[in-house]
Amino acid sequence: MTTAALPPLTRKDFQTDQEVRWCPGCGDYAILAAVQTVFPELGVRRENFVVISGIGCASRFPYYMNTFGFHTIHGRAPAVATGLKIAHPELEVWLVTGDGDALAIGGNHTIHMLRRNVGIKFLLFNNRIYGLTKGQYSPTSEFQKVTKSTPYGSPDRPFNPISLAIGAEATFVARSVDIFQAHLKDTLRAAAAHKGSAFVEILQNCNIFNDGAWTGITEKDARSERVIQLEHGKPLVFGKTHDKGIRRKPDGDIEVVPLGNGISESDLIVHDAHHPRPSYAFLLSHMEDRPGFPTPIGVLRAWDDLPRYEDVVNDQVAAITQQKGPGNLNKLLRGGDVWEVK
Amino acid sequence: MDIPSGKAKREVIDQAVIRFAGDSGDGMQITGSQFTNTVAIYGNDIATFPDFPAEIRAPAGTVPGVSGFQLNFSSGEVYTPGDSVDVLVAMNPAALKVNLADLKANGILIVNSDSFEEVDLRKAHVTSNPLEDNTLDKFRVFPVELQRLTRAALQHLGLDAKSMDRCKNFFALGMCYWLYNRSIDPTIRWIDDKFSKKPLLSEANKLALKAGYSYCEATEAFQISYEIPPAQLTPGTYRNLSGNQALAIGFVTAAQKAGLKLYLGSYPITPASDILHELSKYKNFGVLTFQAEDEIAAITSSIGAAYSGALAITTTSGPGMALKTEAIGLAAMTELPIVICDIQRGGPSTGLPTKTEQADLLQAMFGRNSEAPVPVLAPSTPGDCFWIALEASRIALKYMVPVIVLSDGYLANGAEPWRIPTAEEIPPIPVKFETNPEGFFPYKRDPQTLARPWAIPGTPGLEHRIGGIEKQEITGNVNYEPLNHEKMVRIRAAKVDAIRQDIPNAMPTGDPEGDLLLVSWGSTFGSVTQAVKEQREKGRKIGHLHLRHLNPLPSNVGEVLKRYKKVLVPELNMGQLLWMLRAKFLVDAVGLNKIQGRPFKQSELEQKIEEMLGV
Repeated sequence: MTTAALPPLTRKDFQTDQEVRWCPGCGDYAILAAVQTVFPELGVRRENFVVISGIGCASRFPYYMNTFGFHTIHGRAPAVATGLKIAHPELEVWLVTGDGDALAIGGNHTIHMLRRNVGIKFLLFNNRIYGLTKGQYSPTSEFQKVTKSTPYGSPDRPFNPISLAIGAEATFVARSVDIFQAHLKDTLRAAAAHKGSAFVEILQNCNIFNDGAWTGITEKDARSERVIQLEHGKPLVFGKTHDKGIRRKPDGDIEVVPLGNGISESDLIVHDAHHPRPSYAFLLSHMEDRPGFPTPIGVLRAWDDLPRYEDVVNDQVAAITQQKGPGNLNKLLRGGDVWEVK
Repeated sequence: MDIPSGKAKREVIDQAVIRFAGDSGDGMQITGSQFTNTVAIYGNDIATFPDFPAEIRAPAGTVPGVSGFQLNFSSGEVYTPGDSVDVLVAMNPAALKVNLADLKANGILIVNSDSFEEVDLRKAHVTSNPLEDNTLDKFRVFPVELQRLTRAALQHLGLDAKSMDRCKNFFALGMCYWLYNRSIDPTIRWIDDKFSKKPLLSEANKLALKAGYSYCEATEAFQISYEIPPAQLTPGTYRNLSGNQALAIGFVTAAQKAGLKLYLGSYPITPASDILHELSKYKNFGVLTFQAEDEIAAITSSIGAAYSGALAITTTSGPGMALKTEAIGLAAMTELPIVICDIQRGGPSTGLPTKTEQADLLQAMFGRNSEAPVPVLAPSTPGDCFWIALEASRIALKYMVPVIVLSDGYLANGAEPWRIPTAEEIPPIPVKFETNPEGFFPYKRDPQTLARPWAIPGTPGLEHRIGGIEKQEITGNVNYEPLNHEKMVRIRAAKVDAIRQDIPNAMPTGDPEGDLLLVSWGSTFGSVTQAVKEQREKGRKIGHLHLRHLNPLPSNVGEVLKRYKKVLVPELNMGQLLWMLRAKFLVDAVGLNKIQGRPFKQSELEQKIEEMLGV
């Protein structure tokens, strides 16, 4: 790894000569543009970035990033990235995955990477459908959704990726939307600043197999009426005219209240993304399932006091080496009881 | 403690086989390993066969709970743990029932007579007390009240009965040391070390050991004791080493010799877990161990570590190997160096977790989608596991390829005296990371080895993408063109095939040509060697070819096969190497196949040899 002065980088430095092969109109283009904009800002040398993916439309991402890149196998990107980080903790590893890759076939690796707090940025492109296999339902598809593999409606109840990540005690959990470019870039910057595992769900449209996947929150007026943008230290307010807020009820639950008529912003919950315990973020994470509640976007949780997994592992190696002295091969070979034959 | 000077007769013999058998909670594996260590230090050649149940603690006193440890020790060369035993130590009726058939006529049988009560017999489903009927007539039986005598020796320590009873295996061990004129000192040292933080238990075990020894001396129970002089081994410094330990220190050595970090991604599985345990201790060698969430994460994390420039390995057994299949294909496609150790056990599925088998050869050869050949190696003895770890690492790093090592439960847990090399006599493993961006392409190959460059993240100007999708030759870009695909499939195969030029020719032992050639691989080395030796002493014209490289095979295997009238391939499977040899060389070889979770007996091999020779 080089440590010489960092040359200035631009978006162009992160573009490859490979033709981008997502369907025209795919939400992935917007995410690629945002990532290529944010990477040059991070103060990391280009050769120290590694973009790792699994399988699915989203997972073609590394081919379009002029960094080190590894397009692995279905669901296993978190495990590949974990091994890479343990062996080389100084690398800046970004992982790109989809709802099927991360939550179906790779669900196990996802939760274990998060609980270990490996220093990996985890971008989950959630379009609530299997695109690359042409239109089967995914672990985030709505209950009763009609797809190619569920002509009479899906019997599965969906995962809420944000709740799942918080449940696995991820130390950074955020959500953004492909077409909210400014918000998406800010969210990526916040993830980049986090040392431990940073889980970012990006709501993304699939205009071929699941067009309008997120129109409920992206159509005209929805962004202000049905979305709440979380900001640390600010009250939970939403609505076109900032006329609604979220208040804590005496029983600990939350409720949506109209502002005015004696209810002011000072009665609302002030967003605390840095709380060490995940219960508050969890409460926010699934409010969208409740009638009248908005969908939260932004950083739900950013608690960065937990050491990174790769540092714990390597610090232990350093401490034992300090204690015992560097390994001596002849001593290792002669370990245990030995005897001479003359 | 001095060798006894009692009145008992002392006889010098060449060789003996002893088996300790009891409940899985009776400490038979420790007892056996202690006896092994002591005779090895004394200078005998040894071979061991630990045989234990998959259940951690099956109901006490029952047949499924019987655990055994067999040791063959000799003043000559030893290749097998022995077909039958000279001394059997049986801690209860179940152990006696399971093991008695292997005791030689007139063999010594030491039984814990305290555990032959009505209730003990019932647990073992034994209807009549063998100590009282005529079952044991043809043996020299020594019933010893192990429980009562151990308690008597320890009663002043103030331990509870259960803790005292746990020491009775050391009482029995002390007796065996007396019987073979062996010093109890190495075991005393081991107890001191093992129980350094529990002085009372340390004292109890030492007292039990001494009590067993003194009991023989005082009572002259055996009337005879034996002396087996040291073996004439190649001069050098030796230690006792099991196959799993040997693999562990072999990979540490390989990493040091290559100047790389060693990375192990593993998920616990019998009988491979000891490699993970062992490597986890060597952090001061820079060893990184990762206990993954599953078998797939274990290997894929290793692929990530290899991608970043570590010597990366993963360890498993058959069922885990099946789960790693897709990832081995990824390593083959991305041409990254990893070593996969499959410590084979009885299968399919969960099969016989603690028993040995050689039935993963074809899985290692072909168990991936599409055309994905990888080098396959197999160690022949526990100590050879060390050298195979070095060879597998060398091939992986030189050719940028995943390599499979096929050990098995017998090698993993079995032990032998191992001549310790010095670090200096082990050759370095040269590794070159690509650093020059000038003319760099991720799939531009070394013309000789066909290896692609190892261009690790963090190297300026070498940013590139790899993955499981088919690559364009040289550039490594995604490419679906028909002719490119065929070319790349053939290149990947040619690369593995080229390793043939880099491995030694097959050298049969015994007769260089003749009536019969035995071809073996893996852990059957010992029993086949012994059988061939005995048969040649009877004047048979036979040779033995043992293969450590299974893919690619040494260049001259086809030629060697033709030098003999008949070819026999003994394997602990249904005939997998046999299948490979027949397919590749059109030779009418025949198999001797045993699928019982146990190694071959020498007699089984000799019988087949004689049958094939018509004698």
